[in-house]
Amino acid sequence: MKTLKILVGVAFVIAVSAFAIDKVSNSKTDKGYTIGDIARDFKLKNVDESMISLVDYKDAKGFIVVFTCNHCPYSVAYEDRIIALDAMFKQKGYPVIAINPNNSKAYPEDSFDNMKIRAKEKGFSFPYLLDDGQKIYPQYGAKKTPHVYVLEKTGAGNLVRYIGAIDNNYKDASKADLKYVEDAVNALLKGEKVPVEITKAIGCSIKA
Amino acid sequence: MLRFFIYITPLLFFVNCKGEQTVALDATDVFESKGVEIPVYDFESFKPLLTINDGKTRIINFWATWCKPCIVELPYFELINSRYPDDKVEVILVSLDLPSQVESRLIPFVKKQKIKSKIILLDDPDANNWIPKVNSNWSGSIPATIIYKNGTINFYERSFTYNELEKELKKVL
Repeated sequence: MKTLKILVGVAFVIAVSAFAIDKVSNSKTDKGYTIGDIARDFKLKNVDESMISLVDYKDAKGFIVVFTCNHCPYSVAYEDRIIALDAMFKQKGYPVIAINPNNSKAYPEDSFDNMKIRAKEKGFSFPYLLDDGQKIYPQYGAKKTPHVYVLEKTGAGNLVRYIGAIDNNYKDASKADLKYVEDAVNALLKGEKVPVEITKAIGCSIKA
Repeated sequence: MLRFFIYITPLLFFVNCKGEQTVALDATDVFESKGVEIPVYDFESFKPLLTINDGKTRIINFWATWCKPCIVELPYFELINSRYPDDKVEVILVSLDLPSQVESRLIPFVKKQKIKSKIILLDDPDANNWIPKVNSNWSGSIPATIIYKNGTINFYERSFTYNELEKELKKVL
C-alpha cells in the first residue's frame, strides 16, 4: 500500500512538472512581436568589430531586419536577394540590418569568425551582427532563418510593419511573383498600408 | 477476457477497413541514385497523405539533412518504425531539402544511416501558401511532426526524445 502511495505521488509530481514544462514552452512561443508592436533597439557587434544600434541611423525611415546565418541553406539561397534589398532600399531610407541569432556551439559554421568570412566572401553591403548571448531574437519572436522584420521609424519608436519571408520562392528568385519585403517597403515609402503583413516560410530553426 | 476484447476489436476493425480505402499519391518526380529512390511531391500531390482515413496511425516528420535537431531525433522515428507493425503505424519522413541537394546530400545520408522509414521530398517553394494548410499554428521551422489516425490529428513544432515521441504516439494509437 505504501509503495502504491509513493507511486501515485511520483506520478502526480511527473504530471505536474509535465504541465509546467508545457506552460513554459507555450509562453515562450507566445512571445515575440506582432504587427504594430514597437521593436526594441539593440547594441550588437558587427563583423567589422563596430557596435551597431538602430538609433545610430539618424536618416533612416525604417529598417529591414533580417535574422539569418551562415549554415542554413535557405539563408544561403536568399543571400543575393538580401544584398539586392539593401541596394534597392538603403538610399531610400530602409537599410538592411542582418542579425545572426544562432549559438555557435550548436552550429560552428555560425561563429563570429565564420560570419566575418561569409560577409567578406559575399560582399555584404549591410551590417551582419551577432546576437551575442541570444537575447534579441526571442524578443522579436524570430523562430528561424531567414526571418524578416520590416520596421517603420516613427515618433513612438520603430513599429513592426511586416514579419515573414522575403518572397514566395526560396528556390528561384526569378520565379518569385510575390516579393513580400519589397512590396512592404515600397508601400511604407508611399505612406500606404503594407499589402501582406505576415507570411510563413520554411527555415532553419534558431538554436538556443 | 474483457481485456482480450479491447485489444482485438480495433484490430478487427482495421482488417475490415483494409483495402476499402486506397489513397494514391502521384509523385511529380522521382530521384534515383545508389539504389535509393525518393519520390518528389508538390503540396497538392502531397496533401492527401495528411488525411488518410484507414485506421492506421501515421507519423509524418518534416525534416532536412541540414537541420541539426532533425537529425538528432531521426533515430527515434526509425525506432518507432521498426518497433510497431507496419499495418498499425507508418512513419513518413518528409524531407525539405533543396532539390539541388538531393543527390549530393540527401541520398548519401539516407544510404549511410540505412534509413528504413519511407522518405519523400516535398518540393514546393511557395511555402507561405502550404505551411498553414499543414497546420495553422506552424511557423515553418523544422523539425515539425504530425501524428494522426483518422480524424485525430496532433501537430508538434518541436524536437522529441524517444520516450516523448512514443508517449505522443500512444495518445492516438
